[in-house]
Amino acid sequence: MKRLKGKECLVYAIFGIWALINLFPVYWMFTFSLKSNEEIFGANVAGLPNDWLWSNYTRAVTTGDMGRYFINSTIIAVATIIIVLFASMMATFALTRFMWKGQKKMNSFFMLGLTIPIHAAIVPIYVIISRLHLINTYWALIIPYAAFSLAMGILICTGFMTELPIELDEAACLDGCGTWGIFFRIIVPLMKPAVAAISIYTFLQCWNELMFATIFISDGVHRTLPVGVQALAGQFMKEWGPIGAAMVLATFPTLLAYLFLSRKIQDSFIAGAVKG
Amino acid sequence: MTKLYSNKVNIFLFILPALLLFFLILVAPIFVSGYYSLFDWNGFGEKTYIGFENYRELFTSNSIGFTKALGNSLLLALFSVFVQLPISLGFALLLGKGRKGERAFLSIYFAPVLISTVVIGQLWLKIYNPSYGILNVVLRAIGLESWAKIWLGEVETALGAAFIPTLWQYVGYHMLLMYAAIKSVPTEYREAAMIDGANEGQINRYIVIPYIKPILKVCTIFAVTGSLKSFDLIYVLTNGAPLHSTEVPSTLMISMLFLRNRYGMGSTIALLLIVLCFAFALIIGYIFRNKEDYQREKIKR
Repeated sequence: MKRLKGKECLVYAIFGIWALINLFPVYWMFTFSLKSNEEIFGANVAGLPNDWLWSNYTRAVTTGDMGRYFINSTIIAVATIIIVLFASMMATFALTRFMWKGQKKMNSFFMLGLTIPIHAAIVPIYVIISRLHLINTYWALIIPYAAFSLAMGILICTGFMTELPIELDEAACLDGCGTWGIFFRIIVPLMKPAVAAISIYTFLQCWNELMFATIFISDGVHRTLPVGVQALAGQFMKEWGPIGAAMVLATFPTLLAYLFLSRKIQDSFIAGAVKG
Repeated sequence: MTKLYSNKVNIFLFILPALLLFFLILVAPIFVSGYYSLFDWNGFGEKTYIGFENYRELFTSNSIGFTKALGNSLLLALFSVFVQLPISLGFALLLGKGRKGERAFLSIYFAPVLISTVVIGQLWLKIYNPSYGILNVVLRAIGLESWAKIWLGEVETALGAAFIPTLWQYVGYHMLLMYAAIKSVPTEYREAAMIDGANEGQINRYIVIPYIKPILKVCTIFAVTGSLKSFDLIYVLTNGAPLHSTEVPSTLMISMLFLRNRYGMGSTIALLLIVLCFAFALIIGYIFRNKEDYQREKIKR
């Protein structure tokens, strides 16, 4: 029995060390975002800041323009989420409620989207977007992001929508609702959990995306956070404090959401993998 | 009701936005990429049809170095499958057995997946920094001065140093998937095995791992295709430097497109990547096929 206890201790020790390996870089980021170069580079490498240097944050926002990038990322994420929500709810409605030939095939066609890598489309999309003069606009990112989150949106919606009893539709139909009435008055209001799951998933996709954001946006006005952090890191090569501050600004919304919704976020990742 | 739900016009209208977005942005571009890959094209001028010349050049030209880049990404795939996945599986098994605080630990391990890859990359750049980075500072502090290196700047160490953050970031992702699968193993199976006198290792070996085989397949596919497509972290950490030693197909594709304006060649790389991803997914699926399926195949023959 005693040996077993020792083994349990060992397991927890491993868990602890691994947690440290996972958390340390993040902890380090938070602390050096508040330090001066002297502290980061020698006096106090890994400890809490002696002097809480909030000016790093002001500099990241003013000189580094992180505030603007933050707003840009937010606008793009919100617009993408709205498009994905509507397109996927409508498509799922057609796929699960209506009866027609080929709906199974159409569904598996959409599910292909879970496996197509974002790279596949980059050249043609770039050509289309530049022909339409959409380079350096929010749309250059919103449209591709929405397309690439759509399959997941439909997958999540299908799970929730098939659980709504068809009797609801029948009752609404008897009360004189048409298809659109049923969709907007009955189905959409009942899809709240799906809305939450899709929003979280889509948000994470857009917020962190780098390849499209680098290529389709070349001016500072519409730049998103990941590209902004990259640019700022080049600009403040020798000063780590403001870079750290910019990284914290780009990271805290996701970590905050994770703190409150960890189970939901994890579930959305599991759902995507099991089907894909 | 039936009448309401078989109205063709409404079906079409409901499905249209998704279909349009999906077809124009995802499906059509793949075929267009295939078309572009047959041309020599700088993106704005005339296209010149050159057949499969891009493909030939890609595999034979040393100055492009595609085979080297592909080799790098396959090496990353090997590391992912044989280092990252076993770590994930080990932790998932330890966590999934039902220990106090398993959920909290899992949540910590999964957190890096959610952080932007740019932030992760920039952080590791700082960790690797030759003069002030935490890695070299620690090495010097414990008297291993000679081990301190310009991790990302030397040809011998750059590739390994660029791989580690990728492995580090996604260990938690695979762990989560495996953990969820392990939690779905019916408790009766475990109990029955325990009554038969199996220890923890035997239960894992003969009950849990066979049961979660489908998710192991998914993880392997993700690890391999993810490595083939890897871009973000390499782009931030080295962007192919030093001396193209850390180049991967995606970084090569981007430099073809936007530094050298070779759209045909860029499309060729993009298309090859998709084909490779699908091919590997099929191969892995075949390797993981069930024994029963295999026997059924044999009987059929």
